[in-house]
Amino acid sequence: MSRYILRRFGFMLISLWVIVTASFILMNAVPGGPFTSVKLTPLVEKQLERKYGLDKPKWQQYITVLKNLCSFDLGLSIRERGRSVNDIIKNTFPVSAMLGLEALTFAVTLGLTLGIIAALHRGKALDYTAIIIAVIGVSVPNFVVASVLQYVVGYKLNLLPIARWESFKHTILPAFALGLGTLATMTRMMRSSMLEVLSQDYIRTAKAKGLTSAQIVWRHGVRNAILPIVTILGPLTAAITTGTLVIERMFGIPGLGKYFVESIYNRDYPMIMGTTVFYSALLLFMTFLVDITYGLIDPRIRIAKGKGD
Amino acid sequence: MERMEHTTTNKEFNQALTPGKPGKPVKPAETLLSIEDLHVSFHTYAGEVRAVRGVTYSVEQGGSLAVVGESGCGKTVTVQTVMGLTPIPPGYIKGGKVIFNGQDLLQLSEKQMQSIRGKDMGMIFQDPMTGLNPTMTVGRQIAETVQRHQNVSRGEAMERAVEMLSLVEIPNPRVRANQYPHQFSGGMRQRAMIAMALACEPLLLIADEPTTSLDVTIQSQILDLLQNLQERLGMTILLISHNLGVVARLSKSIVVMYAGKVVETGSSSDIFYNAAHPYTRALLRSVPRMDREIRGELASIPGTPPDLFQPPEGCAFAPRCKYAMKVCTKCDAQPIKLGDNHYVSCWLHHEANPNNPFENKSENGGRNSD
Repeated sequence: MSRYILRRFGFMLISLWVIVTASFILMNAVPGGPFTSVKLTPLVEKQLERKYGLDKPKWQQYITVLKNLCSFDLGLSIRERGRSVNDIIKNTFPVSAMLGLEALTFAVTLGLTLGIIAALHRGKALDYTAIIIAVIGVSVPNFVVASVLQYVVGYKLNLLPIARWESFKHTILPAFALGLGTLATMTRMMRSSMLEVLSQDYIRTAKAKGLTSAQIVWRHGVRNAILPIVTILGPLTAAITTGTLVIERMFGIPGLGKYFVESIYNRDYPMIMGTTVFYSALLLFMTFLVDITYGLIDPRIRIAKGKGD
Repeated sequence: MERMEHTTTNKEFNQALTPGKPGKPVKPAETLLSIEDLHVSFHTYAGEVRAVRGVTYSVEQGGSLAVVGESGCGKTVTVQTVMGLTPIPPGYIKGGKVIFNGQDLLQLSEKQMQSIRGKDMGMIFQDPMTGLNPTMTVGRQIAETVQRHQNVSRGEAMERAVEMLSLVEIPNPRVRANQYPHQFSGGMRQRAMIAMALACEPLLLIADEPTTSLDVTIQSQILDLLQNLQERLGMTILLISHNLGVVARLSKSIVVMYAGKVVETGSSSDIFYNAAHPYTRALLRSVPRMDREIRGELASIPGTPPDLFQPPEGCAFAPRCKYAMKVCTKCDAQPIKLGDNHYVSCWLHHEANPNNPFENKSENGGRNSD
């Protein structure tokens, strides 16, 4: 097992290097630079370029990026004057992560429950209700959900704060708006997965043993049906905890989300590199975590890994 | 349709039986399960499929009955209904009774059925490869049944599971109990399924094609095991099979089904040496024989079974029967008594039929109709 983990870790490093290289090539291929949109005298621009090392040949810049990455230094942001990328991520990621985890908890628990209920009542009113919720969740964009929530719950009913990031109360609306899409995905996946499992022979065996319906559903149904959900849970966690521009903008949340988008508009090279590497590393780590968890849930995979060692 | 009674021909066998658990009152030679005029249909988009159309048979306490017939003849649906495993809807029970150990199972609630399944009736299924939960250890899956029906701790139930695994002759039962189904071979899995079905010492074991998906050598081992267990535990076995070879080894009485109905019942010697229904005879002819050198094709029955969306008015076998008479297509025959426990539903044996083609072959006192 430890050899397996070590090998996986090696592959993760290689993947990360590929991502860094690709991002470096892509961001340099885009025309313009960090100072294109500001009016500067040529002399000042030269000096600034020297300060950020942009005057050196590209291959030297690439080496510097790699070197800094090895010491976990993501460099200085060009736009946010005087702040290092590490600093920005350190300040904004916890906010995004907290909002994301809240949304995820809400989406997963409710989504799985709805999916299970729908599968158990296939073709009945409860099933259709769950399907309708899922369809709405998938098809209505989150900014629409967000503005409706702000208007109805925040303004008209005056139940929850409309925006800003202060107390738990402030997190409820954005977490709901952020999680609704995921909830819908979860419901749909769990429903179809559960329906498939419930038609398996071992469910009939469990019935023939005289187990109660609850025992059949939990021990034999849900545990097997949840496998495909675990697979998508990894990438999903990485995506949802690193923030989204729209929700954070609309609710005035000081999260990481906006830097992903704005760094590209601004050609803020260290920031682009920083957010990309951070997100990729998180994604790779989550996928790795899922693979380990998978082995714990499904014994067939656990054994296959043992043989591969 | 009149009731058909079976008594096991082998009296010694009945006497040798040890009664089941002390808690369960058992009197030998008593009817344990009797199915009376059972009708089961399935609603589909195309219409109503009449899968079981008035099936009547019964199993003696300690006896062994086999139900044979080709795929789709309703033999599995019948026993699934007995177990309460027929999915409702699309299936529904149109009529009849299933009397098990003195009570009509069709009148019980799902909750009451749950406490009978696994405890008083165990069932093994055709495909052991998919019948076990892949994410649960085999021991746990057996222990689960014990824990459900007996007031024991998890540890005691696990102990019982290990015992059961050694009973079904799985080597290293203690190690095996902690393994998962994918670490078992097909034959081993079927043994585990048997262990699971027998864990609570049920009064009745229903074996639905227990060897069909196994290769021939493993089939033989599983049959030996079932035979052995039956003798040791005095268990009642209801075997469902389309394989007459399997039936010959395991069962004392046989029920032959065709198109949702029972066409002939009798002791195994009645059926094997003195078959009265043209379908039974055709079925026996189509068994490959080692002792006959036949070059050419294996005998088969021409035609196909009837469409159960619109079951025929008369005998369902009439269109494929070379002895079919006018009456056969108009009206279905009632069971006619031929011997002690030998009944056939065929007009050929009716007393009004002057030329019964099978009459001279009958050794058992000929036909003596009811």
